Amino acid sequence: MTAADSTTAIEAVFRLEFPRVVATLARVTGDLDLAEDLAQEALVDALRQWPQRGTPDQPGAWLTAVAKRKAVDRFRRDRTLAAKYALLAAGEGNGVTSAPPDAPDGTTIDDDRLRLVFVACHPVLPVAGRLALTLRLVGGLTTTEIARAYVTAEATIAQRIVRAKRAIAAAGVPFEVPEGDERVRRLSSVLEVVYLIYNEGYTATSGHDWIREELCTEALRLGRVLAGLVPDEAEVHGLVALMEFQSSRLQARVGPAGEMVLLAEQDRRRWDRLHISRGEAALRRAGERSPRRGRYALQAAIAACHARAFRIEETDWDRIAALYAELAEVMPSPIVELNRAVAIGMARGAESALWRVDQLVKMGVLDRYHLLHSVRGDLLAKLDRHEEAAAAFERAATLAQNEPERALTRRRAAESRARAALTHGGGSPPRGWGHPEHQDADQPHSPDEPDPRQWP
Amino acid sequence: MRFLGYTLADESSVPTEPPSPEVFERMGRFVEEASKAGVIVATGGIMPTAAGAKIALEDGEYTVVDGPFAEAKELVGGWALMECRDLAEAVEWSKRFLGVLGAGEVRVRPVTG
Repeated sequence: MTAADSTTAIEAVFRLEFPRVVATLARVTGDLDLAEDLAQEALVDALRQWPQRGTPDQPGAWLTAVAKRKAVDRFRRDRTLAAKYALLAAGEGNGVTSAPPDAPDGTTIDDDRLRLVFVACHPVLPVAGRLALTLRLVGGLTTTEIARAYVTAEATIAQRIVRAKRAIAAAGVPFEVPEGDERVRRLSSVLEVVYLIYNEGYTATSGHDWIREELCTEALRLGRVLAGLVPDEAEVHGLVALMEFQSSRLQARVGPAGEMVLLAEQDRRRWDRLHISRGEAALRRAGERSPRRGRYALQAAIAACHARAFRIEETDWDRIAALYAELAEVMPSPIVELNRAVAIGMARGAESALWRVDQLVKMGVLDRYHLLHSVRGDLLAKLDRHEEAAAAFERAATLAQNEPERALTRRRAAESRARAALTHGGGSPPRGWGHPEHQDADQPHSPDEPDPRQWP
Repeated sequence: MRFLGYTLADESSVPTEPPSPEVFERMGRFVEEASKAGVIVATGGIMPTAAGAKIALEDGEYTVVDGPFAEAKELVGGWALMECRDLAEAVEWSKRFLGVLGAGEVRVRPVTG
């Protein structure tokens, strides 16, 4: 026990314990909104009592017990909640004893957290609602923090969370861990939510910053928590592996002026070896659990190919192309095909890749996807078709969603224009960029998946 | 944000007895919990200076001195690399670590790159 704890210290404890307190209260009351309220009220008590009496040895248990007691008080006051009170009294005791209310080994708490994850990511909610609710209740972020991370008004996020909680209540979503086929379906929704949070951090779709690292960190943390909760699920480890590999490049992806640095131009000595080794370990765990690789394990395997190459020349593009072919079967998508084309271009030359990209252009589905045009521009530039390359880069620039991406494609358009002029003037074309924007396309927001750009 | 947390002790005050099986077990559970929470990303222990060496380069000359280092007043015993949202969170996890240990001192420093 500490004699006096500052508000900062108590708030830090609360932030760590909040998801578990909410998870237990949500199970006990069957009401997300109420669970969150009660947790907040418990914090008020903690802020009043802990500075004098010290932080309890098991602060999470303390907060949970206080919140439960408040639940009982409320139910007594409000007769319409009598049924819930009965449930609470029957299932839980009143939870006001000083002893930790749950099994000391934490299994009950873990079960509660898992239930909460499944509820927060329930398909009954719009994707934006799932993201906000998961960050708030499972990640323990405040509305303010979420709003800042998504460069969105706080009121918008608050409203989104309120609506999501109402929708959960209205649909009567039970607080349980789904079984069988339902579990498979629901787990994929959970993984997708974590993946979308990560992706928004990795390639921000709005604002001036190209990366929002705090979202990557939160998603990775959620992924690790999830891997602890459902350790037998191969794809959870696949997703964690993917995020670890991507995170190893976060620092190297941003230049001194905040500009984006492409995979080929990154200083690979700055890649975080710890993330890479954790990624390899997670990928191994995924492989041990299932011989059939899912979409995340496959994407992680692709990311691993990059991580293993100390120089771009060492990249095993044939293997990457083969992995994309496998991914295209698990997850058919034009964006996967685009990435596959890039890998084939690196393995076998720009000509065969351009043919594939042009097939995609004909299909028209990716017409508004800036990377289609910048990949095409890159291939054209390699084939010394600089005029066409410039046009493709210009098209990409008009479609890019954040400033650094726009600046990069404009720069490349100008370079292609200059080379086109040189070529016409009879001079030999300068050495091409020779590098795909592969890393930007290797984490696609696939169009057949809900698009995180629903965020305002 | 990444933080390095490490224990500090006087080499003379380091207990000669290994930690009791109970402390060992509780520490194991703590490390598991912190790892599952996504906080501890790497951790390890450091043997006393007697088991190590000191290497220096000055004016182009290397000097290698085997441990123990007489002047070592402070000993790093164990360390953990933690991923936390801020210092307050790293401090809280360090408190929990010390709570398991029973007594001691931990220092926490933000780690770059």
